[in-house]
Amino acid sequence: MTNSWTDVANTDLVVIMGGNAAEAHPCGFKWVTEAKHHRGAKLIVVDPRFNRSAAVSDYYAPIRPGSDIAFLMGVIRWCIENDKVQWQYVRNYTNASYLVREDFGWQDGLFSGYDEDKRAYDQTSWDYQMGEDGYILSDPTLEHPHCVWNLLKQHVDVYTPEFVENVCGTPKDRYLKICQMIGETSAPDKAMTSMYALGWTQHSKGAQNIRGMAMLQLLLGNIGIAGGGMNALRGHSNIQGLTDVGLMSNLVPGYLAIPRESEVDLASYMTSRGNKPQLPNQMSFWQNYDKFFVSFLKAMWGEHATAENDWGYHWLPKLDIAQYDAMKMFDKLKNDEVNIYFCQGFNPILAFPNRNKMTEAFSKLKLLVVMDPLATETAAFWENHGIYNDVDSASIQTEVIELPTTCFAEDEGATVNSGRWLQWHWAGATPPGEARTDIWIMANVFQRLRTLYQTEGGKLPEPIVNLSWDYHDPLHPEPAELAKELNGRAITDIPDPANPGSLLLSAGQQVSGFGQLRADGSTLGACWIYAGCYTEAGNMMARRDNADPGGMGTFLNWSFAWPANRRVLYNRASCDLDGKPWDPSRKLIEWNGERWVGNDIPDIAPTAKPHEVGPFIMNPEGTSRFFSRKLMRDGPFPTHMEPFESPVENPLNRRMVGNPVARIFADDLAGLGSREEFPCVATSYRLTEHFHYWTKHNRVNAVTQPEFFVEISEELAAERGIAKGDRVRVWSSRGQIWAKAVVTKRIRPLTCDGRTVHVVGIPIHWGFKGAARKGFGPNSLGPFVGDANIETPEFKAFLVNIERAAEQEVPA
Amino acid sequence: MSKERAPQPLTAVSNPPIQPLASNLLPGDVVRASAMSNLPAPERQLTPVAKLIDVSKCIGCKACQSACVEWNDTHPDIETNVGVYDNPHDLTPDMYTLMRFSEYENPNTGDLEWLIRKDGCMHCADPGCLKACPAPGAIVQYSNGIVDFISENCIGCGYCVAGCPFDIPRISQKAHVSKKCTLCSDRVAVGQGPACAKACPTQCITFGTKDDMIAHAQERIVDLKSRGYENAGLYDPQGVGGTHVMYVLHHADQPALYANLPADPTISPVVEGWKGPVKTAGLIAAGVAIAGAALHGLFARANKVSAHEEEEAQELVDNAGRGGDGHAGHGHGDETPDRRT
Repeated sequence: MTNSWTDVANTDLVVIMGGNAAEAHPCGFKWVTEAKHHRGAKLIVVDPRFNRSAAVSDYYAPIRPGSDIAFLMGVIRWCIENDKVQWQYVRNYTNASYLVREDFGWQDGLFSGYDEDKRAYDQTSWDYQMGEDGYILSDPTLEHPHCVWNLLKQHVDVYTPEFVENVCGTPKDRYLKICQMIGETSAPDKAMTSMYALGWTQHSKGAQNIRGMAMLQLLLGNIGIAGGGMNALRGHSNIQGLTDVGLMSNLVPGYLAIPRESEVDLASYMTSRGNKPQLPNQMSFWQNYDKFFVSFLKAMWGEHATAENDWGYHWLPKLDIAQYDAMKMFDKLKNDEVNIYFCQGFNPILAFPNRNKMTEAFSKLKLLVVMDPLATETAAFWENHGIYNDVDSASIQTEVIELPTTCFAEDEGATVNSGRWLQWHWAGATPPGEARTDIWIMANVFQRLRTLYQTEGGKLPEPIVNLSWDYHDPLHPEPAELAKELNGRAITDIPDPANPGSLLLSAGQQVSGFGQLRADGSTLGACWIYAGCYTEAGNMMARRDNADPGGMGTFLNWSFAWPANRRVLYNRASCDLDGKPWDPSRKLIEWNGERWVGNDIPDIAPTAKPHEVGPFIMNPEGTSRFFSRKLMRDGPFPTHMEPFESPVENPLNRRMVGNPVARIFADDLAGLGSREEFPCVATSYRLTEHFHYWTKHNRVNAVTQPEFFVEISEELAAERGIAKGDRVRVWSSRGQIWAKAVVTKRIRPLTCDGRTVHVVGIPIHWGFKGAARKGFGPNSLGPFVGDANIETPEFKAFLVNIERAAEQEVPA
Repeated sequence: MSKERAPQPLTAVSNPPIQPLASNLLPGDVVRASAMSNLPAPERQLTPVAKLIDVSKCIGCKACQSACVEWNDTHPDIETNVGVYDNPHDLTPDMYTLMRFSEYENPNTGDLEWLIRKDGCMHCADPGCLKACPAPGAIVQYSNGIVDFISENCIGCGYCVAGCPFDIPRISQKAHVSKKCTLCSDRVAVGQGPACAKACPTQCITFGTKDDMIAHAQERIVDLKSRGYENAGLYDPQGVGGTHVMYVLHHADQPALYANLPADPTISPVVEGWKGPVKTAGLIAAGVAIAGAALHGLFARANKVSAHEEEEAQELVDNAGRGGDGHAGHGHGDETPDRRT
């Protein structure tokens, strides 16, 4: 989230698209209720199903799964055409006026530089024109044909209301009504918030869906303001924390990068980072990159990390490919390239696509270790459960070790919510039986491993042997100790640059913010964005003061929000050029003539004068981007791409299948289903009654939603002779499932590209373990393909077929 | 236990002091009891309370159902899916409240509406169940408006079912008693709001004095009218003297849209014409205790913890701390949701 849950109460318009907040985030949805009740805010829901969010919305429109980019580009086109643009914001706070290289272009659904054989773009042309002074060339009049603004206008020109209706299946009148409602928030004193989740991420072009809405929000001047923003609703408790601390194959904590193989030393690693400002006087915050990175290395290897050995840089793994994401790893499992798999808090047998492939992959392992508080399907992937897990147990030789862990209520620590708040919690119950915390398990594994390296040597023992492990009890580090390490501290005395002769920090003191981190090895900090969470003043995450003096829902003394306890990112953009709030009644910060002050921590240097420094300091140009340069693999603007399995062709390029640069393995590509054989679009989703694959273990949740079902329209039901409550079979080119049929008016057939498209809704919550009735998940059917940028599986749009099935269970 | 009485809860999230407090619902607060015409005059008048269910804010999440099951420690069956979201499919002796989902195509706007109504006891000011009940003291009404079933006095005859214009009570075939929502009289008695209201994430369910709830409803109705729901209104049916569970409806002119909520509920004339003393006569002969004694015994029992029970509880706590009994510390081990990312 750029903003916070509590900030949603400040909005005038909530758009829920690419998510279903009421259904999947019912507790956070209370802030939508707040905005509606106390501000008179309106709620728009755009979704393939009339869902629980739609039930309390002011306006709803259906959309075909996987066509969101067309819808969003259409809204941008409509806003430009109807002058619903926050012009001051667009001119000054975005890259609209910058000139783009003359060799950049877009044709037939593809950007310049496409290489079909490599399924990749040469991105050279996707950049600004630079002057001889090293700064970006621009045309503040927005007249230059190759300025970003005109390229954007050209780019969205194809997305007429008729095009949108034809691709998305959204009735034109409903679409235009939504354009109008959204367009009203271009007024400087109106705010719209975008709330999205996996409905946008689980596509082969998921990141571009989100880009599309982010661009619309920039056009309307809704980023950085109270009640605005791009608000990703995180689907698991603490999944925000997972990405923050870098549990991705290509990241280390704080969104810093794992080095590539080609970056042979720290100097070469830093050449492409620490971006210099690209406009005069601009602050480019990533110039501090080396301070964060060296402090991270010091946290890893302590005294063993020295200037001479590049602070231990050479002990970090180096990537030979872009990333070893979960899909890549499971493909390697399947290809017998992996011996041992540690599965920690993850149930991939239900969570990852193409279950048959997943089962095959796990069957190739020698050892599978599952750390979980629950008896997961993954730990039992080898058990035969009739049709629900139809495996030949005798043929599976994988050894499985289950290490029972505590659940969140049984241990202490911080949970990071969608709004980036690190909220400390305390153990509320005693763990059952032999359950141990994840920290205890990992510490014990590590100590034994280190002993092996110490006694037996081995290839490159240094990263393990030299790992800093100065915890009070090496076998059981305390959560507070780890939190302090994430925060960071001084290793030696740190002089105060503002007051020569005095100290900023004495050796051993906790830093109070990332501004105190150093690149000379005098500080350590495992996760720079968490700096300030556990300072000399104590555990900031444990704060529970709900005072809100400004009435803006910023709650600065409640827990700690990264970065720097800031509640609304980019909040400098909530003020005009002179530093006055666009909307005085919704003041986050303002310039008082000397400094930035207000209800939130300013997202700019406190004394950076208005007119001098652009508000988006994480970009070297100081502005936000309609044109995203080379940062996305699939283009600097979002362009409509069909899902890999789609009921219709892409009207921009009828030859194109899916996202032309998304990685797909050869056998998975060959295994895609055809629209002739599989005419229905399946989409997956959550239900309020359950939480993922966990609560089916709980009897109360199982009572409220006991049995697996799929949802279909009355029209599809009539066509296939299916009645409400019938048992049906749903199958794709990868597998089949049986379910009860919920026949509903809430799903309607759509008309796209001249044909009727039926949607089959498949909730995710059933498996073969737990208290609820045995069932299936959509992963039995979904394709093994992910987003081009971040590899999230395409669970929201794929092809299936459906028929009425016999009432009896098919014998195993 | 302190002699201090728990406060009357004024909101759904009222948090009383944590030390044990004496009940605020006393035998003397009973204003009506089934099959007992000779009740002593109430000692005081409590402020009438109400639960307000704003259907326009309901997302059908079933947190209220779950909280109800948890608080009342009931054990509804894990049923099947029969093609709808309503689960269990109906109220049961173990499920006192239920989300009922109705799909409605509004002919005036062309919009689909998904109307989700939390069904359960309405706590009528003029309770048909109580009037129909032949068992002395099995159904009581307090001066704050709560209509409570006292299982110890219930004979499971099912007359209350016939007496209820909302089809709420359900007879347990196992325990042979009638069950329904108590408006969490046991929580209210110690200063807390009903479990469902406390669990509701959107504050669709609120709780407080009936006057406050009516005022809150009026505010909501103004908002709904501003959004085009011209017939938005409060459901507080006067045919049963008004209710202590009320709805805000978008279409108050058509309550039947909401899973057949009756437009003008009244107590069946058969029940109304039924003469209390006649029906109880036989029961007294069968040995059912009489008025004052029954009430007093009931309330004294409900809120008293014996020294022996205290000892047993302490033992459980001690065992849990030591992990002496493999399960003592985590009675809900199988039910605990995971905490993972």
